[in-house]
Amino acid sequence: MRAQRLAPPSAIVRHAVLLISGALILIPFVWMVSLSIKSPGEIFRASFSFWPEQFYGIENYTEALTSSPLPRYMLNGVVVCAAILALQIVICAPAAYALAKLDFPGRNLLFALVLIALLLPHEMLALPLFILGAKLGILNSYAGLVFPYVVSPLGIFLFRQFFKTIPDDVVHAARLDGFSELGIVSRIMVPMALPAIIAFGIFSVVSHWNSLFWPLIAVRDQNLMPPPLGIMVFKNEEAGNDYGPLMAASTLVVLPLIIAFLSAQRWFVEGLTGGAVK
Amino acid sequence: MAAITIEKIEKSFGATPVLRDVSLKIADGEFLTLLGPSGCGKSTLLRILAGLEVQTGGSVAIGERVVDGVRPNWRDVAMVFQSYALYPHMTVQENMAVPLRMRRLSAWQRLPLVGRFRPGTKAVAAEIETEVMRTAKALGIGHLLARKPGQLSGGQRQRVAVGRAMVRQPAVFLMDEPLSNLDAKLRVQMRAEIKELHDRLGVTFVYVTHDQSEAMTMSDRVAVMLDGELLQVAAPQEIYANPDDLRVAEFIGSPKINKLQARVRDGGLAETAGTSFTIPADIALGTDVALGIRPEAFHLVEAGGHNILTGAVRLVEHMGSDLYVHLDVPGTHHPVIARLLAERAPQITFGRTLHLGVKPERLLLFAGDGRRLRPHDHKSASLVKMKERVQ
Ligand SMILES: Nc1ncnc2c1ncn2[C@@H]1O[C@H](COP(=O)(O)OP(=O)(O)OP(=O)(O)O)[C@@H](O)[C@H]1O
Ligand SMILES: [Mg+2]
Repeated sequence: MRAQRLAPPSAIVRHAVLLISGALILIPFVWMVSLSIKSPGEIFRASFSFWPEQFYGIENYTEALTSSPLPRYMLNGVVVCAAILALQIVICAPAAYALAKLDFPGRNLLFALVLIALLLPHEMLALPLFILGAKLGILNSYAGLVFPYVVSPLGIFLFRQFFKTIPDDVVHAARLDGFSELGIVSRIMVPMALPAIIAFGIFSVVSHWNSLFWPLIAVRDQNLMPPPLGIMVFKNEEAGNDYGPLMAASTLVVLPLIIAFLSAQRWFVEGLTGGAVK
Repeated sequence: MAAITIEKIEKSFGATPVLRDVSLKIADGEFLTLLGPSGCGKSTLLRILAGLEVQTGGSVAIGERVVDGVRPNWRDVAMVFQSYALYPHMTVQENMAVPLRMRRLSAWQRLPLVGRFRPGTKAVAAEIETEVMRTAKALGIGHLLARKPGQLSGGQRQRVAVGRAMVRQPAVFLMDEPLSNLDAKLRVQMRAEIKELHDRLGVTFVYVTHDQSEAMTMSDRVAVMLDGELLQVAAPQEIYANPDDLRVAEFIGSPKINKLQARVRDGGLAETAGTSFTIPADIALGTDVALGIRPEAFHLVEAGGHNILTGAVRLVEHMGSDLYVHLDVPGTHHPVIARLLAERAPQITFGRTLHLGVKPERLLLFAGDGRRLRPHDHKSASLVKMKERVQ
């Protein structure tokens, strides 16, 4: 019996590598959660344990929620991320459809431009975007937080790759059935590409929920700040070395992401495209 | 009502010509089959008829109306695709309802939630539902309406695809190899069902296939296509018995027609493979011709001679009622295949020398470029007279 359960050496190595890398990624999170339920004295003690001797979580979390406008920051994050994602899909899906399924002169050139845009770090555009935002007068507003991201090269690229795998015949059938081109995008392509769109959605929400750089440039009003920026400002102004509430706030900020990710996971597993063709 | 006139259609993809000067008139209510090998441009022609692809030259008329530049959904055609092209995220019911919803409901009424409360939506939606139900029942898929295409078998998907085309009651049905992915038995069954559907609806069908038995059994007329050209358009039996072109003769018929290279000698004789055949006398001396002989045109005779091929048996295939006998005939590159009655079997053994006679009127004569050389005009005229007398 025991001999059977022993894994071959390669499997042991594989699992060891996976466990170690998993642990490396997880430890900071666990550490954060652990700090968020410790008392100030315990945080700076030389010996450490993951579990606190004295449970101080309620105080820390109450402090985090009441002494800073954390709920407001989170609401800002939700509004901004939802607006960004919705606009990204509205803009990227038709663009990707055109690049994947329509034939027009200059298509390859346009796609090459998308690929180039994919390579540029977004920070590089910060200054031109700042000037643009200032000229449009939308800095220090939700619009200012949203507009740099609505045209997403990554979204266009991902959707285009997925749309390419949808057979032309499905598009042809939709045209014969009377859909307009935009109708084809919204009623046929997007629903069929749902797994890709959800994957992209998670990517987009996570990165914009966590983004610090552009909000730092674009808004000054505390009431508009998304969570990471809010926490940073909050820390500088009020908390000082009060790490317990700070970690509690951080935990609260990542919590929605973890919940969203776990509930969306189901969609990756489910094959939604089966049965288009024989 | 909806005859189709295809005039001088040309199509190239970049520099590659795919369709060359295709002209064809399809009568209202006709079942026309486009038959040709893979890659010859059948689907392309069908897509041009549907308006899904724009031709490089020429024009298409459906009914009285020239439809060049008309959007696909305004052409009153429905298409069943080679890959079925069902919408995988919709149920069978939704798949079949789409063409009707798009036509009968306004954009507002089609909106997911708001639409339900627009005036008139309910009545139209109910009407669509009954029509979908009726069509589904007629196709025997009434019990599958709630499923998604991914949960159906190939044959069921095929029916859904036909159903989606049918609910609209189009004037023209375009079908692109709808049976090519079904197993042999289901194919024969669906063949009959599609034919029956055509009889019942009485609308024009353009049916694409590379399977000659489908073409021969279902069609009023067959259009044989090769390398983007229409070689012959005629009734199935005419295509088989009286091909216009050597390529048509070779494409139709299984086993393949026997082709013998021959040279014209004096007195209306063509010499080949150590023997000679009687041919119409008006062909110039020394011309190279090809003789086409269908496997069933042979009959066994006792000894060699004029109009008789002689060769050694190389292979015998038993097909039940028939025998396919492969013969090595000296002077030919390929074995000659003859179809003989099975009761001859005991006499026909490997290596035996056989003599196969051919009646001159069963000989098909082709010029060097593949064009059919027909007997004298007066002869074909008398053939026509004979036919008239028969009728
Ligand atoms: N979009 C395209 N771009 C370039 N060439 C194409 C395109 N579509 C079709 N072709 C070419 O046109 C020719 C005819 O294609 P088509 O699909 O009409 O063939 P088919 O007769 O339907 O074949 P099959 O029986 O395999 O379906 C093929 O050689 C194909 O490679
Ligand atoms: Mg095809």
